[in-house]
Amino acid sequence: MAKKEEITEEVKEKTEELKEKEDEVLTPEEKNILKEALSRETIESTQQYITKKVKGVVFGVLSPKMIKKMSTAKIVTPELYDKEGYPVDGGLMDIRLGVIDPGLKCKTCGSKLKECIGHFGYIELARPVFHIKFVRHIYDGLRCTCRECGRILMAEDKIKKTIKEYKRIKEKEGLEALRRLTRSTISPLKSVSKCPHCKAKQEKIFLVKPLMFKEDEKKLTSIQVRARLERIPDEDSEVLGLNPKVVRPEWTVLTVLPIPPVTVRPSITLESGERSEDDLTHKLGDIVRINQRLFENINAGAPETIIEDLWDLLQYHVTTFFDNNIPQLPPARHRGGQPLKTITERISSKEGRIRHNLAGKRTNFCARTVISPDPMLGINYVGVPFIVAMKVTVPEVVNEWNMNYLKKFVQTGPKEYPGANYIVRPDGKKKKVTEETKEAMLEELQPGYKVERHLMDGDITIFNRQPSLHRMSMMCHKVKVLPYKTLRLNPVVCAPYNADFDGDEMNLHVPQTEESRAEAEILMQVQTQIVSPGYGLSVIGCLQDAISGNFILTRDLTLEREKAVELLCAVGITDFKKLPNKKTITGKEIFSMLLPDDLDFQGASKAGEPVLIEKGILKEGVMDQKTIGGEGEGLLLRSLHKQYGPDATIEILQRILRLGIEVLLQRGFTVSYSETELPPETVEEINKTLNVAEEDVQKVIQSFHDGSLETFPGRTLKETLEMKIVEVLNKARNLCGSIIKKTINKKTHISMMAESGARGNILNVVQMSACVGQQVLSGRRIEKGFSKRTLACFKQGDLSPEARGFVRSSFKKGLNPREFFFHSITGRDGLMDTALRTPKSGYLYRRLANAMQDLKVEYDGSVRDAANRIIQFSYGEDGLDVSKTESGKINIKKIIQMA
Amino acid sequence: MTEKKFEITQHRLVPKHSVLSEKEVTTLLKNYSLKDLPKMHLTDPIIETLKAKEGDIIRIERNSLTAGKSVFYRRVIANA
Repeated sequence: MAKKEEITEEVKEKTEELKEKEDEVLTPEEKNILKEALSRETIESTQQYITKKVKGVVFGVLSPKMIKKMSTAKIVTPELYDKEGYPVDGGLMDIRLGVIDPGLKCKTCGSKLKECIGHFGYIELARPVFHIKFVRHIYDGLRCTCRECGRILMAEDKIKKTIKEYKRIKEKEGLEALRRLTRSTISPLKSVSKCPHCKAKQEKIFLVKPLMFKEDEKKLTSIQVRARLERIPDEDSEVLGLNPKVVRPEWTVLTVLPIPPVTVRPSITLESGERSEDDLTHKLGDIVRINQRLFENINAGAPETIIEDLWDLLQYHVTTFFDNNIPQLPPARHRGGQPLKTITERISSKEGRIRHNLAGKRTNFCARTVISPDPMLGINYVGVPFIVAMKVTVPEVVNEWNMNYLKKFVQTGPKEYPGANYIVRPDGKKKKVTEETKEAMLEELQPGYKVERHLMDGDITIFNRQPSLHRMSMMCHKVKVLPYKTLRLNPVVCAPYNADFDGDEMNLHVPQTEESRAEAEILMQVQTQIVSPGYGLSVIGCLQDAISGNFILTRDLTLEREKAVELLCAVGITDFKKLPNKKTITGKEIFSMLLPDDLDFQGASKAGEPVLIEKGILKEGVMDQKTIGGEGEGLLLRSLHKQYGPDATIEILQRILRLGIEVLLQRGFTVSYSETELPPETVEEINKTLNVAEEDVQKVIQSFHDGSLETFPGRTLKETLEMKIVEVLNKARNLCGSIIKKTINKKTHISMMAESGARGNILNVVQMSACVGQQVLSGRRIEKGFSKRTLACFKQGDLSPEARGFVRSSFKKGLNPREFFFHSITGRDGLMDTALRTPKSGYLYRRLANAMQDLKVEYDGSVRDAANRIIQFSYGEDGLDVSKTESGKINIKKIIQMA
Repeated sequence: MTEKKFEITQHRLVPKHSVLSEKEVTTLLKNYSLKDLPKMHLTDPIIETLKAKEGDIIRIERNSLTAGKSVFYRRVIANA
């Protein structure tokens, strides 16, 4: 609550400033119109909606006069409360500044807590002090004006010209250009050594950071500075880029300090009854105390040094009141040592008002917990724990027809499921349903009331995982209420959310109106998000076990009719018309049962073999990552989506998924250690390959040493050597890969996973059974460690493969100590790399997204920004909607075939 | 050394530039319902070869990865 009030206060401050200006801004004609409008005889004839358009916002600096005018109290004492705990008059908690205690009334406006938004006060400063936020402007003002006559250091005729130019630029190119122009106009003035008006010689002025001006080694006091700024004529200050109507240069040196209302800095009453004041109040207390001391010392005629010390202290306090993070100043601290949060800290940075309170929005009717997988759940469903479902509610409007239905929820009460937590009367009053009140509520309930009932199966919710980088990060799911305490989702939608189950948490939001529910359902439901707008292919698709299952089914399996029917029943198919009337049924025929009857598809499997579907029957090929996978593959899914639409696709995908899993459940699927075993001939062959490679490397090294190695163009001799060695070793490893690919038993589950793309690839198999290969650190063989060698067990300058991180062993055979060490070097490096890269790329993306957030494609196909300026004449230069294409291209052949 | 100017239009990275005729300009502005276009400076080296003046509109035909060829328009402005 307190925070909310602070915000309104800030807003009020601005509007008050503006109101003042409005009087001045109105032209005479406008005033006349206003008068005429008021003098009309009948008010009725002029009665109309007053619509005002904000034309502009003017920023200015408060003048001392203005500060006093907007104030309700002058603050003179640092004391806050008297003995009875009542705010002291003229103290910082003066009740004229607003109320923060319930029951008290504001002395200024007479309203109570929460109604009164607070009022400003002021302090008369004993001596002027600089405003830290204007130091640069003061510095400019001092350097660019004459020390004698106060005129700007610019010839008379040039002043006029400059101001005219300012006006022209402001109208033509806007404020940003004006600011640039002002800066470049001012900068040469800083080095003018003679005033063109009074011919006085100018001294160089230095700014001693943070807050001291020195002229000719003498300190300029704030009184002197203010006096100089006062002398600058209005016209000259315009050259400095200040609008004299709203900013006079001398106002940047404070003589009066506005005291923010108490509502901006409410005190907290601790449990012990003790009061704890806000940081701002503490700071203001310091200011008032030192200010009073300064007054007393001046009046008593104290020595100059004491006064100056106090003056500096006052300057310090006022400065830290505005900003407690000035580089050269020690921050003001609490007694505990923690720095005070003053005005600038409240506004700026991630925890500040803007990013935390204004840009960061919070909602009710949402839930957040750990997620876990549930492959039995529908793809567009989300499993919600009972505890959540009984806290988060959906309002339903009572009418004649659903009266009894809704009464049941109220009857059940809030403690049992499915019940209701609140009822809302037509006047908007909310009533909590309790065991005691529910009977009376049942009586009271009638059309027009709303019942906030528990979340139930089928309700519409929005599911989200941060970081929300693309639109698929927030999708609409239907509710399925489940036991236990995690949110459940089908693993298929992990890809769009980029979620896994190592402790990830996700958020769930419940739309509260019919309109929002309809919008979410139509625009955001999972099936509408299948095709990615980034690359025009399916983001969701089968993964891991489902791919393996379908791969096995469509490649190897032939089942008895009974088994096949069993399988199909588990998937949810009951109509067996399409099933061939045979004793044994092939896997392809079973898979075909899931496809629509008129589907034609031509594609390729991961291995490059053709996949052919004709009239809904899989004639040739196998199902794998390329046809039914997700994340930019899954071409079969893409054509299903194109031909049958989102709803049918999600339905078929769900069945394919279930079929794959069901096949694995019936058949069994494990990976065994023995599957990495190679036949002796193959081991021999691989050994030979590696030996040859090592000999080749030795030969290259030899030629390097005796000078017969020829350098590649643009490379040094050493680089050439490295390149050659790496090439030889890579070739050897690739050779191992093809040997294994050739000889591996296709029936092993490891090869099935690699071949179907379900998990892993042939390289992983090679690493397990043949050779781990060269370890690479930042694009090179490992060179780091000791001088001229990687480990102490090698000779200096040893360039052989084993001394530079080549791991000849396989994981299965085991690594020797040296190999193990090299392997862990690259392993650790990879870990570091991911840990460091993630925040960097995140920030990069954030900046990109912010820069492009309001770009929009217009109806004419052009891309424009918020100011309607053209960014691209045709979206993406080709004017294509990527989500309507396949991988960014239009398949014309297919369109012709379909027509 | 004799002065031999480098022909920038011949460079493979420089796209084709051409000045729009008055008729083309009106249709362009009408088609996009535009008040103003992206700008280019009068001192841009390509202006010299085109002999364009301030206020002219230049058509730039670029090679594009997505579309093969894409068209862009810029208005010539004097330097700030």
